[in-house]
Amino acid sequence: MLLYLLRRVVYAVPIALAVGFVCFMLVQIAPGDPINAIVPPDAPADVVAQVRKDYGLDKPLPVQFGLWISKVAVGDLGRSLATGRPVWSDLRSAIGNTLTLAFAASAIGFTLGCVLGGLAGTFRGSAIDRGAVGLAVAGVSVPHYWLGMVLVVVFSVQLNWLPAMGAGPGGSSDWGWDWEHVKHLVLPAVTLSVIPMGIVTRTVRGIVAEIMNQEFVTALRGKGLTRWGVFRHVVKNAAPNALAVMGLQLGYLMGGSILVETVFSWPGTGLLLNSAIFQRDLPVLQGTILVLAMFFVALNLCVDLVQTSLDPRIKRA
Amino acid sequence: MSTTTTTAAEAELAVQARQAVARSEGYWAGVWKRLRRDPLTIACAAILLLMLLAIVFAPLLAPHDPYQGSMIRRLKAIGTPNYPLGTDELGRDILTRLLYGGRLSWFIGILPVVFAFAIGSTLGILAGFMGGRVNMAIMRTTDIFYAFPSVLLAVAISGALGAGIFNAILALTLVFIPQIIRVAESVTQGVRSLDFVDAARASGASGFTIVRVHVLGNVLGPIFVYATSLISVCMILASGLSFLGLGTKPPEPEWGLMLNTLRTAIYVQPWVAVLPGVCIFVTSICFNLLADGLRQAMDVKG
Repeated sequence: MLLYLLRRVVYAVPIALAVGFVCFMLVQIAPGDPINAIVPPDAPADVVAQVRKDYGLDKPLPVQFGLWISKVAVGDLGRSLATGRPVWSDLRSAIGNTLTLAFAASAIGFTLGCVLGGLAGTFRGSAIDRGAVGLAVAGVSVPHYWLGMVLVVVFSVQLNWLPAMGAGPGGSSDWGWDWEHVKHLVLPAVTLSVIPMGIVTRTVRGIVAEIMNQEFVTALRGKGLTRWGVFRHVVKNAAPNALAVMGLQLGYLMGGSILVETVFSWPGTGLLLNSAIFQRDLPVLQGTILVLAMFFVALNLCVDLVQTSLDPRIKRA
Repeated sequence: MSTTTTTAAEAELAVQARQAVARSEGYWAGVWKRLRRDPLTIACAAILLLMLLAIVFAPLLAPHDPYQGSMIRRLKAIGTPNYPLGTDELGRDILTRLLYGGRLSWFIGILPVVFAFAIGSTLGILAGFMGGRVNMAIMRTTDIFYAFPSVLLAVAISGALGAGIFNAILALTLVFIPQIIRVAESVTQGVRSLDFVDAARASGASGFTIVRVHVLGNVLGPIFVYATSLISVCMILASGLSFLGLGTKPPEPEWGLMLNTLRTAIYVQPWVAVLPGVCIFVTSICFNLLADGLRQAMDVKG
């Protein structure tokens, strides 16, 4: 068990390096000279030559990768072409906002998903089951950026209950949990929550239905355990797998919030990516993708470790 | 004495087997029979077929020119005479643009899955059948792509390459290849350990023959069903890329891009502005339910 955990941690290192390599290659596959990612296009030729030398862009690709990764390792993601500020300084507040949004969305999505999936799995074939399955399919098939627009039309344009964009007073860096801020969070969080809602409902329904069919549940009922008591046993059996799916969903939300952030002008990593794409600000694009992907790798690892330690049935050598 | 009883038993078995073959109408007939009894799947297939016909015959059905706008009839409401679904921010007919837009949306929504199906199942079957180092190399490479959430990977690749239909299709193909490889590898491994593969190998069939005759027929079905369910995701992602300005470029009609340009109009004509999204939603949910129906009819697990 301990050996497995250790091996899993060690295995994450080459994955993280490979992810770094893919992010490094992003600038290489971009059309044009990678030097354009560092100096503005109208820079004089001698400056370009100097920068090319300073950045090691005249060296072979593997050497360049080594130089780049050693800078990244100490937190230097380069400078933004558009603002001239270090990428990390913009990224820091954006990550905080994306995390806020992702946690709010997962709180909504996971709660609904567990309740709907649990009910559907327990009462298979009932009206509740059909309703939950229908909602789940709708949740995973809806283009969520469109759902965001519909919610804005209903709740901002028609009813004028909730703001349509932004993150409240203080802009991107001054988040607080008071109503003035939270009312800006409601619509984007609900919009983003439909995907995890759908997936968690499906998963939990499947897991619960499988457990309910097992003999030990019949035995528990047979020995006269109350409904609540049986429920506790089912939850204990379903928890490891359900938690694993939810953990990964949180990661998908972090990476997938770009569309929703664009709709609501939510000042997170997605909006940062969006403006980086439009300004062809490759260092910001690269840095943001790298940090989000590394977060996902770390989350994957955590999910695996938690699942292994929670579930006594998993005994991987 | 003992030999006659065995032959009698064998003859009896042979008769039973022949009767069983006569009774079953074959795999695909069974699939079709189950599909026919599934009204939801049939309805979804019918809606998709209608949409396909509508976008193929868009030039015949569309009442106006998809590019020709007019400043005096901008942002008309739904139900305006001659413009049943209203007009967009440049005064172009929405119905016309939805019909033409479906062509591009379906194109970039389906093509990446087709490419990924071809490449991913080849690599996945190879990895599953060969095992060993080939498996190691292919599967560890897919692990790297799995370390990116799919939306992020699509945005990263097409963001670096720049806007354009070709780049969007390339990015989405790269997103789906690893997912199909994983499914193809696991079903192939399941089939490889079955007795008839061992029997074929024992009778001297080459690896290629075994894959062609014994493996392909058993693994392509499940991979195909999985790929169908990916079309739904791909539609949303492809239109999402256009929505971000990364897929098709204006003035080309495409549902995601239309949604993006109409976003500024939600305070003037909110219900016109959300129409392209309805098209994406209907297409995506129909493909999703169709994949579910096929999975049940073809008796594919997972």
